[in-house]
Amino acid sequence: MTQHSTSTMSVARAIATKDLRIEWRSKVLVNQVLPFAGIVMVLFAFALDNDGILQRVAPGLVWLAVLFSSLIIVQRTFAIESADNALDAIKVAGVSSAGVFLGKSVALVVQLLLFEGVLVLLSLVLYQVHLSWGGAVLLVTVSFLANIGIAAMGALYGGLGAAAKGRETLLPLLLLPAVAPVLIAATRATESAFGVGGATLGEGWPWVALLAVFGALFTFGGTLAFGVLTEE
Amino acid sequence: MNSIQPFPSPLTTPTGTRASRGLGLVVFLGMVLLTLLGLFFTDEDVVQGSTVRLMYIHVPTAWVAYLAFIVTAVASAMYMWGKQHSLTFDRIAGASAEVGVIFMGLSLVTGSLWGRLTWGTYWQWDPRLTTTVFLFVTYVGYLAVRDLGGSHQQRAKRSGVVALLAVLEIPLVHFSVVLWRSLHQEASVLQPNGNVTMDGLMLFTLLFGVAVFTLLFAWMVLHRQRVLTLADAIDDGGLEAALQERRSEAN
Repeated sequence: MTQHSTSTMSVARAIATKDLRIEWRSKVLVNQVLPFAGIVMVLFAFALDNDGILQRVAPGLVWLAVLFSSLIIVQRTFAIESADNALDAIKVAGVSSAGVFLGKSVALVVQLLLFEGVLVLLSLVLYQVHLSWGGAVLLVTVSFLANIGIAAMGALYGGLGAAAKGRETLLPLLLLPAVAPVLIAATRATESAFGVGGATLGEGWPWVALLAVFGALFTFGGTLAFGVLTEE
Repeated sequence: MNSIQPFPSPLTTPTGTRASRGLGLVVFLGMVLLTLLGLFFTDEDVVQGSTVRLMYIHVPTAWVAYLAFIVTAVASAMYMWGKQHSLTFDRIAGASAEVGVIFMGLSLVTGSLWGRLTWGTYWQWDPRLTTTVFLFVTYVGYLAVRDLGGSHQQRAKRSGVVALLAVLEIPLVHFSVVLWRSLHQEASVLQPNGNVTMDGLMLFTLLFGVAVFTLLFAWMVLHRQRVLTLADAIDDGGLEAALQERRSEAN
């Protein structure tokens, strides 16, 4: 193998493509996680039982559903590695762990983005929120940047859980507090995008900066830390 | 069978030394004095009445909790970047986090009681309070990571990384909650112009409390770190060494 073919970026591309291809073929996200998120959105409506309140808190509900589902998606993305000790094999092959981390993160970002698209559509139908074109642009930006943060933290802590076999239960405890800033920023920005509670579009954009900082910081931190966290 | 033991036996090695016992005694006397100062010698607050006495516990516990997490972060960094990757730093980090979690719990409880008395509510979604809860949960997670198993070096590396990630996480959590909302009572000891507004003895008691609790922290971490060293030694040496020690005691 040439040096070029095992560079960080080519490893990342290989891992991301592989993860997405497995997902495309197995349809676990579509057949299992999406229906779960859908039923969560319906259950929120049962629990709150008031159209006005639902509309007001819709952005928070969307992002809560995303966070809870992200736990399953992250676990799934590492279950496919630990099933055949693939993570060990990757390590033995001596490829760049930063590349593995980036690849996992990219695959997670793509999956989460598609996932959020469906959840937002659901919220338009179920919670009767409105989305302007300007709001849609804000929402896509927010989703993309929020996903980078969630994916980076998810890949880090998911990798840690997968490396310490059978300790995946640790993931929610580590991941949820860590991504709290994403929940806050994404929810506030989505409020602006939906225009709920009198929020204007302009109020949403500053939160985008926070999401960008979070994503950049932990993507960088993750490339340094992933190798150590998944070490046997 | 008489084998040479490469480490001190956990069964006969005390975690106290003359120095740490001395420190323990100082802490004990300090606590007695703090109790007397806090409950009897200091006056009631003009506004808060006797409620203000909670401050002599709440502020020191919060201080120790934050100090503990700083110590954990610094010790983790020293482990990660030290040439030797010394497990002593890892154990100091672990011991400090354990003590920190306890004090953070105490600080949350005393804070919410004080809040009930002064603000009329146990809980406010204020940035400092919310960040403190996140810090608490994050370090509970850190302790869980320490428990994952594997070799000592593996534990040290994993938990070191998690501790350093927490250093990145917590300011972001704080910043995002500050943006979200802000309510907390302004710092009460130092006003922006630098004038101390507290009665002399009250201020002394508060600072004395902080000092005594800091010594208590040092004493607890010292002992806990030694216990962790012995626990690692048991892991390394296995049960056999301990059994052998017992047998020789019986003879």
